[in-house]
Amino acid sequence: MSDVILQIDNLAKSFGGVRATDNVCIDVKRNETHAIIGPNGAGKTTLISQLSGGLKPDSGRIIFNGQNITKLPVQKRCHLGLARSFQITSLVMSMSVLDNVALAVQAQDGHSFKFWKPARTLERLRAPAMEILRDAHLDDKADTIVSALSHGERRQIEIAVALATKPELLLLDEPMAGMGPSESVSMVETLKALNGKKSILLVEHDMDAVFALANRISVLVYGRIIATGTPQEIRENQDVRHAYLGDM
Amino acid sequence: MGVFLKNRALTFIVLGLLGTVPLMMYWSGSDYLSLATKLVCFAIAATSLNLILGYGGMVSFGHAVFFGIGAYAVGIPSYHAVYGELDFIASSNGFFHIVLAVILSALFALITGAISLRTRGIHFIMITLAFSQMMFYFLLALDTYGGDDGLTIDERSQIPFISLDNPVHMFLLSFIILLGCLYLVNRIVNSRFGLVLQGAKDNEERMAAIGYNTFAYRLTAYVISGAMCGLAGALFANSESFIFPELIDWTRSGELIFMVILGGGGTTIGPVIGAAVFVVLEKVLSGFTIYWHLPFGIMLILAVLFGRTGIARWFERQKRPGQSNE
Repeated sequence: MSDVILQIDNLAKSFGGVRATDNVCIDVKRNETHAIIGPNGAGKTTLISQLSGGLKPDSGRIIFNGQNITKLPVQKRCHLGLARSFQITSLVMSMSVLDNVALAVQAQDGHSFKFWKPARTLERLRAPAMEILRDAHLDDKADTIVSALSHGERRQIEIAVALATKPELLLLDEPMAGMGPSESVSMVETLKALNGKKSILLVEHDMDAVFALANRISVLVYGRIIATGTPQEIRENQDVRHAYLGDM
Repeated sequence: MGVFLKNRALTFIVLGLLGTVPLMMYWSGSDYLSLATKLVCFAIAATSLNLILGYGGMVSFGHAVFFGIGAYAVGIPSYHAVYGELDFIASSNGFFHIVLAVILSALFALITGAISLRTRGIHFIMITLAFSQMMFYFLLALDTYGGDDGLTIDERSQIPFISLDNPVHMFLLSFIILLGCLYLVNRIVNSRFGLVLQGAKDNEERMAAIGYNTFAYRLTAYVISGAMCGLAGALFANSESFIFPELIDWTRSGELIFMVILGGGGTTIGPVIGAAVFVVLEKVLSGFTIYWHLPFGIMLILAVLFGRTGIARWFERQKRPGQSNE
């Protein structure tokens, strides 16, 4: 198995006349944190949606772990090890934190056409879910209904749910969006703890977070990748400074 | 988490009253037993709808179609058992009737569900309505079985050791089946399957993103629900010994939705309470005036306006986080 876990090959997607994704090529290496940055409307969420399966690309290929997944539906990609978090928090709001994580564990534990045993008493679902919550320091919230939690806590739980699907690659769509400063710090800590253990493709506006977390960065402007490199290289890249960071 | 754990007091009180009061009234001379049996049949139908509506978020506006299929699955074989022809389905065997009712409703649910569950919201409501109206007009056109005049069942389902001509037997059989259905739905909604169903009601996108094929789970719930409603129809046909296409009419489906919402969707006992309030209110008000629909409608509107989450939840002290209600 190669050290490239995700290969985005000439991906293109248009909405009417707008090229939201314009022949994008990105390689995400195994266990690296790869960030995609770009100004508003650069097509970052469009790109992530094509990777997770929510949107169909017009052309190009997505190769995940050597397999062409361009045409696979969302849930099949998930079973192959591709997990995403949403830009707008997406959890089962009426259920507890533990329920949410346990449902993700359950999704990996064979089919769920099991109609008889009460699922909330099953150790094989509850124990791994609890462990994930402990690792994320969320175990004290286990029995709280998600709708009663703060925005920052919900974002943390989204990561926990994504991790519970045992992904090989995490797609994170603006995990810091809408967070206060202290919440952002704890999210950066959470993601830092994953660096080197999980492959992460991160779309984020918060530049401090991106430069703190990313091993490599790709810059997306008007649907096109204008540069890819280490944080240092991106900082020094003239095109990037011009197009995006504002000539600082 | 055991079955009947939370809110179980209310559940036991309601079921205890429902299981004893009609019998005591019957034995003391006032006969409301067939009304009680009708109530129990609607309670089973509402319980089946609760599985997909209350727990699954699928607003089926054609659920009465399964009730009607179940009723005709008793009426048609019974008709041929008495008057001949169509020997291959002519039978007055109760087990045959029940199996036929359940299989035909499940099959109809599988076919129509596979199509209608590809839609959401108002489109799902309209398409389930359309399927049930199709069946309604089909039955209207069946002159052999009375068309819009309906069909009198001359011989009820034959079941060993009990006689459905005896109103006490009829009531007890229906009541025991209601208990079985409540228990079954309760097991289902707390199982792995049930949690997936409830998760998909709340956030389908999320459930797909963590790897669930929500369509397959919804369709399965729809088939179980349809089969259960067919069983209710088979009991109803025996109790009333008269069946008619209006059993399937969309107003019936609306009434079933009403029972679930009024009693409390997503609770075990809610649909039973809803069915009871509905049937009793209808009976009482129609005794006062022939214009009973007006006060009936007003009372139902008030009940929904001021008890939005359903009667079964009035008695809850506090909703426990993340647990489905009993």
